[in-house]
Amino acid sequence: MATTTKPDRKASTADAAALHRQYLRQMLLIRRFEEKAGEAYSLGKIGGFCHLYIGQEAVAVGSIAALRADDYITSAYREHGQALARGMTSRAVMAELFGKAAGCSHGKGGSMHLFDAKLGFLGGHGIVGSHIPIAAGAAFAIKYRGGDGVSVCYFGEAAANIGAFHETLNMASLWELPAIFICENNGYGMGTAVSRASAVKDLSERGTAYDMPAEAVDGQDVLAMREAMDRAVERARKHSKPTLLEVRTYRYVGHSMSDAAHGTYRTKDEVEEFRRRDPIKLLAERMRAAGQLDDAGWEALEAEVKAEVEDAYQFAEEAPDPDPAELFAHVYAEDR
Amino acid sequence: MAVLTYRDALNQALREEMKRDDRVFLMGEEVAEYDGAYKVSRGLLKEFGPKRVVDTPIAELGFAGIGVGAAMVGLRPVIEMMTWNFALLAIDQIVNAAAKMRYMSGGQFSVPMVFRGPGGAALQLAAQHSQSFEGWYAHIPGLKVVMPATPADAKGLLKAAIRDDNPVVFIEGEMLYNMKGEVPDEEYVTPIGKADIKRAGRDVTLVSHSKTVGVALKAAEQLATEGIDAEVIDLRTIRPLDTETILASVTRTNRCVVVEEGWPFAGIGAEVVDTIQRGAFDALDAPVLRVTGADVPMPYNKHLEKAAKADPAKVVLAVKRVLYI
Amino acid sequence: MATKVVMEALSPTMEEGRLVEWKKQVGDTINAGDVLAEVETDKAVMELVARSAGTLLKQLVPAGSTVAVSSPVGWIGQPGEEIASGALPPRNDTKPESSRGGGAAAATSGEIASAPAAPRNDSTPSVPRNDSPTAPEGRVKASPLARKIAADKGVDLGAVSGSGPEGRIIKRDLEGVSSGSLRAAAGRAATSGDTAFTDTPLTQIRKTIAKRLAQSIGPIPTFYLTSEVDMERVAEAREALNAAAGDKGGKISFNDIVLKAVATALTQHPACNAWWQDDHIRYWSTVHIGMAVAVDDGLITPVIRNAESKSLREISAETRDLAGRARERKLKPDEYTGSTFSVSNLGMFDIEHFTAIINPPEAGILAIGSIAKVPVVVNDSMSIRRRMRITMSCDHRVIDGATGAQFLKTLKLLLENPLAMVW
Repeated sequence: MATTTKPDRKASTADAAALHRQYLRQMLLIRRFEEKAGEAYSLGKIGGFCHLYIGQEAVAVGSIAALRADDYITSAYREHGQALARGMTSRAVMAELFGKAAGCSHGKGGSMHLFDAKLGFLGGHGIVGSHIPIAAGAAFAIKYRGGDGVSVCYFGEAAANIGAFHETLNMASLWELPAIFICENNGYGMGTAVSRASAVKDLSERGTAYDMPAEAVDGQDVLAMREAMDRAVERARKHSKPTLLEVRTYRYVGHSMSDAAHGTYRTKDEVEEFRRRDPIKLLAERMRAAGQLDDAGWEALEAEVKAEVEDAYQFAEEAPDPDPAELFAHVYAEDR
Repeated sequence: MAVLTYRDALNQALREEMKRDDRVFLMGEEVAEYDGAYKVSRGLLKEFGPKRVVDTPIAELGFAGIGVGAAMVGLRPVIEMMTWNFALLAIDQIVNAAAKMRYMSGGQFSVPMVFRGPGGAALQLAAQHSQSFEGWYAHIPGLKVVMPATPADAKGLLKAAIRDDNPVVFIEGEMLYNMKGEVPDEEYVTPIGKADIKRAGRDVTLVSHSKTVGVALKAAEQLATEGIDAEVIDLRTIRPLDTETILASVTRTNRCVVVEEGWPFAGIGAEVVDTIQRGAFDALDAPVLRVTGADVPMPYNKHLEKAAKADPAKVVLAVKRVLYI
Repeated sequence: MATKVVMEALSPTMEEGRLVEWKKQVGDTINAGDVLAEVETDKAVMELVARSAGTLLKQLVPAGSTVAVSSPVGWIGQPGEEIASGALPPRNDTKPESSRGGGAAAATSGEIASAPAAPRNDSTPSVPRNDSPTAPEGRVKASPLARKIAADKGVDLGAVSGSGPEGRIIKRDLEGVSSGSLRAAAGRAATSGDTAFTDTPLTQIRKTIAKRLAQSIGPIPTFYLTSEVDMERVAEAREALNAAAGDKGGKISFNDIVLKAVATALTQHPACNAWWQDDHIRYWSTVHIGMAVAVDDGLITPVIRNAESKSLREISAETRDLAGRARERKLKPDEYTGSTFSVSNLGMFDIEHFTAIINPPEAGILAIGSIAKVPVVVNDSMSIRRRMRITMSCDHRVIDGATGAQFLKTLKLLLENPLAMVW
């Protein structure tokens, strides 16, 4: 996956079409992958907690498209989308969800703890907000070494209320760290609406408190996401300054696999309302209007993605469990 | 050999390791311009500059996490906690992040860092500033817990901790900073995981660490006047625990008293006692006793505080009980 | 509140009694002092008297049953009063538990948190106790180390008495014990050189003798052996020795010679040179003679150590020194403790004959009477001889009659033939 593609405003029409097709494919892959994961979860193939990204695909795809291979990404526990967008294979991610040795964390992490050192993917983290300072630490290291990398951190809007968020944004701004804090505001922290959890309704305003540039972004529009991310990356890479992006998005499914998509804390109508601005549909319509996509192209893309997801599922199912000796491996460096 | 304070021995260790490896940096409250709340980092800002000696706001959780992230991508942070009492605010980073990163990433990420600062009971600092947390950290797989009792060990062990590829919880004795002792002039590193026999003896084994090494040695002196020959083990490292040295000693002496500053319930002593009952059952001639801090928050009043602390008299009493005299 | 009626010790030696007949029935009104029941003791039929007033609520044992002293036999209280269930105490009342619980120790204790199983109530550092190592259920309590040592040596722990808490057998209880030795009731030797002795476990018969005799005559079952000794040769030898010494050194007394003879005789009869140790007998292989010396307000017994290896002159000098300092109250504690046998001489008071009281844990003491000229039959004709009567008090738990008699016989022989002492 061309995660290192640079934005080029003078790109040819053909280039733009290729880029859009790439975004569309990534978003569709994440959508189908998550649907399959939900199915596997209901069949008992996946255990524990599993948080799906359906509805938020444009955030991961649009932002990660702006990054270089040597940049760092740190995320929370709803991170399948970022992992796939960053270039982890469907097989490695699905196998991890299945707890298999071939998984990206060798079956020891599971859904919430996807890691890939080669891709600079510093993990999915399960404690709300705890990874925000870790991402800042990676940014600190970049600056310490004098590099021009960027460290990106994804977290939900509910994490913007925890101390780690405030402590980290203060230090990131104070020390001018090349960090980008992407607050994925999907409207709910589990079942608590933003309006019931945050005194500040417009979360991007939180940047003001730390004298940090901040911006609200339409998270259903992958191209808008990409453009906002380009600005933040430039600020970090060239000027070593952090950015807070509040990305407004929506998850169609429940917080995790154990709660209903709607009913108690939100209405079905609300979910349907957001589905009308589905990020995949939105981009596909634009591409059709621009003559970049036709029925045959869409069907071919669907088939390709479906085949990849089916392959990942088969692979994960057939892959061996970790060796029992793995239980005691990797607790300490000496254990290797 | 030069005679140094524990504080200066730590300072030397930091200076030497920062010279040796430019990935090493020191971060924490008041470490730079103030020269360290306990002056352990004295002169380091001047020598290494603000990039490597970093003052932080009061945000333990935040800067502990920044250390974890920096360690994950290849630096070797030394994060100073002004005292371990404040590290409670950062314990999510130490326990949930630093300790587990290697395991939950399937071995892909190392967290080679040191969390260090003073711990243990101090003098009349009352309940929130006078306590021992080694038991908390030693409980966690993935962490190493080191607690030097002498200047020489402080230096050698801090150097080892900085070079270690694991997260190391390095608890200095708040009451030991002014302690003087001989420190070798030549370069040396004290291995983590090795206890040290500070006094050899035949009749009873006293297992101690950090400040209670001094308590045990004083008790041993007193016992010697009564013809009782006590062996004093300084654990130096709580995790990994040097079970070999403990078991070899108890096998010789047949009796053991564990001395610690922390609270009794699920304390370090409990782990030591379990080690002994499993590994030296047939060598025991008496139950292993523990002398610990009292099972109460530390009181402010100095008489109550004294009663709450492990001291030589309590150790002597326990020794006599295990010797049946 | 109801009070219980217990079987009382109605004779000094009574351990249990047979309740012959209830004199009060359940429901009867009781005044303090009323006879509740007749009890047959080991000596007689006695009356069990009410200690409190009320109504006899319950008879716990029927007439004819034998009940241990201190065990309950009934309850006295108010009519209709509930007797707490489980109020029946165990046969042997145990000490009440300390109110300080186990688990985390109280703050003032300085947190010597002991193993949960360790009793919290022995707060005083434990003095070695000689409780039986065998718990009521028959389990032998021994430290893991002691068990291992016993297993390695093939020693039966049931035959060892433990000196640890609750009679726990610990390492020191097995020191010096060799394979099978305890089962075979052989001794245990002391380790340090100059206090050599042999500890011998008690056999059942020895235990029984000890118990029965003690019951019959106080704590130490004593018997007395008297013998009359002809002192003519001792007198002649003494005169010769003192004449030979002239003015050099002090004169040798009769008492010095007696002490020397006692020491020599004891080496030949170690059975009399012993300590009663409650659960074993300690036979000493050196002789430390305690010599009773009258002081102003009592008496003290300075000790002549290793008397068996000392010459008469050494004994004489030491005796004079010790007696002198005893009267001045200048003895150090180690100079009047640790004797293995004692001698008391009242001859200078013209006492012909007396019995002395044993100084525990020693097993014997010798009482020396005056030397008097008496007519005796020598070679079928009357002759005036200087004679002395000696009486030995023996602890029968250690020394049997014949044993003591043989010792006295040797002593008599030595005094009547003083040369035998220098063999």
